[in-house]
Amino acid sequence: MELFELSLCEVRDLLRKGEVSAEAVTRSCLNRINATEPSVKALLGRRDEAALKQARAMDAARPADFSDKPLWGVPVTVKDVLTVKGMPTTAASKILEGFVPPYDAHVVEKLEQAGAIILGKNNMDEFAMGSTTEHSAYAATTNPWDVERVPGGSSGGSAASVAACQCFASLGSDTGGSIRQPASLCGCVGIKPTYGRVSRYGLLAYASSFDQVGPMTRTVEDAAAMLQVIAGHDRRDSTCSPVAVPDYNAAMTAQADLKGLKLGLPREFFGHEGLDAGVAAACQKAVDAARELGAEIVEVSLPHTEYSIASYYILAAAEASSNLARYDGVRYGHRTAAPKNLEDMYTSSRTEGFGPEVQRRILLGSYVLSAGYYDAYYRKAAQVRRLIRQDYLDALRQCDMLVAPVSPVPAWKIGEMGGDPLQMYFMDIFTLSLNLAGLPGLSVPVGMSGSLPVGIQLMGRAFDEGRLFLAGDKLTRVLGTHNQRAPM
Amino acid sequence: MSLDKKDFLHLCRLSRLEPDASAQEEMAQQCSRILAYMDKLAEVDTTDVEPLYSPVIHECAFRDDVAERRRERSAILADAPQTDGAFFIVPRIVEGK
Repeated sequence: MELFELSLCEVRDLLRKGEVSAEAVTRSCLNRINATEPSVKALLGRRDEAALKQARAMDAARPADFSDKPLWGVPVTVKDVLTVKGMPTTAASKILEGFVPPYDAHVVEKLEQAGAIILGKNNMDEFAMGSTTEHSAYAATTNPWDVERVPGGSSGGSAASVAACQCFASLGSDTGGSIRQPASLCGCVGIKPTYGRVSRYGLLAYASSFDQVGPMTRTVEDAAAMLQVIAGHDRRDSTCSPVAVPDYNAAMTAQADLKGLKLGLPREFFGHEGLDAGVAAACQKAVDAARELGAEIVEVSLPHTEYSIASYYILAAAEASSNLARYDGVRYGHRTAAPKNLEDMYTSSRTEGFGPEVQRRILLGSYVLSAGYYDAYYRKAAQVRRLIRQDYLDALRQCDMLVAPVSPVPAWKIGEMGGDPLQMYFMDIFTLSLNLAGLPGLSVPVGMSGSLPVGIQLMGRAFDEGRLFLAGDKLTRVLGTHNQRAPM
Repeated sequence: MSLDKKDFLHLCRLSRLEPDASAQEEMAQQCSRILAYMDKLAEVDTTDVEPLYSPVIHECAFRDDVAERRRERSAILADAPQTDGAFFIVPRIVEGK
């Protein structure tokens, strides 16, 4: 077995014992990137030489004690929506072409303090707006299971890197499913933490009341190890929670089965008319496996599910139109050549710099926030958001976590969704509502639909990520999807 | 809800965007279709429901408002399209002579 095929925890243990060097592990990943990147196109930026230099320096000064270096020597990548000091950060947008941030995102600082080695920045849908990674201004990432298909999005580059074994983990961001959906389509693990569990400092904002950073990995255990490092309070993000971070590995291994756990199946999700038969069958198999592991299965209802797409796209567009107002060609990023005056500089810089999907969401956001429409759209959507959250709170009183499909269909062909944005929004039906509610969700691979991977999501109470890891770890081990890798 | 050309151009102006004339019609139609779908929310009875603008469940942590210098001026200006070494430079704001 090649080093790059190991799981994060496996390679971490070998590194600690001194059985492999950080340089050897880094080289293994870089070789793998060289072999797979021409077809996968998961990375927008690389730092091969700097990573090797860092690895050699680490090998020359191995710590005696690894307790504050839980990711010592482990190569990782991060979505290009997170700032890394000195590395170009574009959010896959032309408007940030050439932007080199002078600071690290909080989560990047945490990775570096933990001893991780950052190999590069992952491609994504521009400003995290999209479900296919086709809306990148630079390249369309492909799915390592079938390079004619999309990897999902918006964290499609992260998912593809992990599935293709280019790295042991990647950080993505999830505003409406952008970690869980690509994880599902690429057969890997991804968690959207509770809103406020992870600092958003240094995450380029799309919709601030939804955005959360989270890890994408090949095993649940690896996701738990990554979240352990990045979770916790940061005074630079006032929405970041001071709630203590539990020991996720202890929570994950608290019991060997699922006895005593009650899992709720939302009938609106399993009964959805667009649910692919192969996806439904793989999910059913996972539910059966949970029952065999001792879990009790109950049916629950999330009655406002059909309104989640409208509520989400109004609120997220409103927040996007406000957040993206900062891109004006003054302080950083793209500025149009030879503007006629100040206003022309703003308008032309933005029009040249933003892609069509981003422009659409800014326009929609301006509309729903404008006088005369605010109450009918923005306020109404926020009222429906409260009802959707209440649905979740009610359902989670009847069970310990919810189990549901992530994407109605497995990975589709590149270009297949065509030019109809609404059709793409409908694909997010199973993931958006969790972001409206601010609750945590873990996507784990559970099987295949034909030759394409299928994931299931476990959705829990606020700050109950530990129990999601417990259930996800047990399920992936019995279903044979633990450390699943794309066959390439 | 459907957007006519005048509404759409007003929206573009508010957003400081100016899509190509050739792309305007398609984008206006797409926005109209999306807004028409959003009208679905009118089916939901939201009488006496407080809007939920943030899902923060925990108490937000406040910190003392203390001035600090996190970065040097030169590091900030390094990313700017145009500077004079001390300030960002933009086209003339007050027009005239």
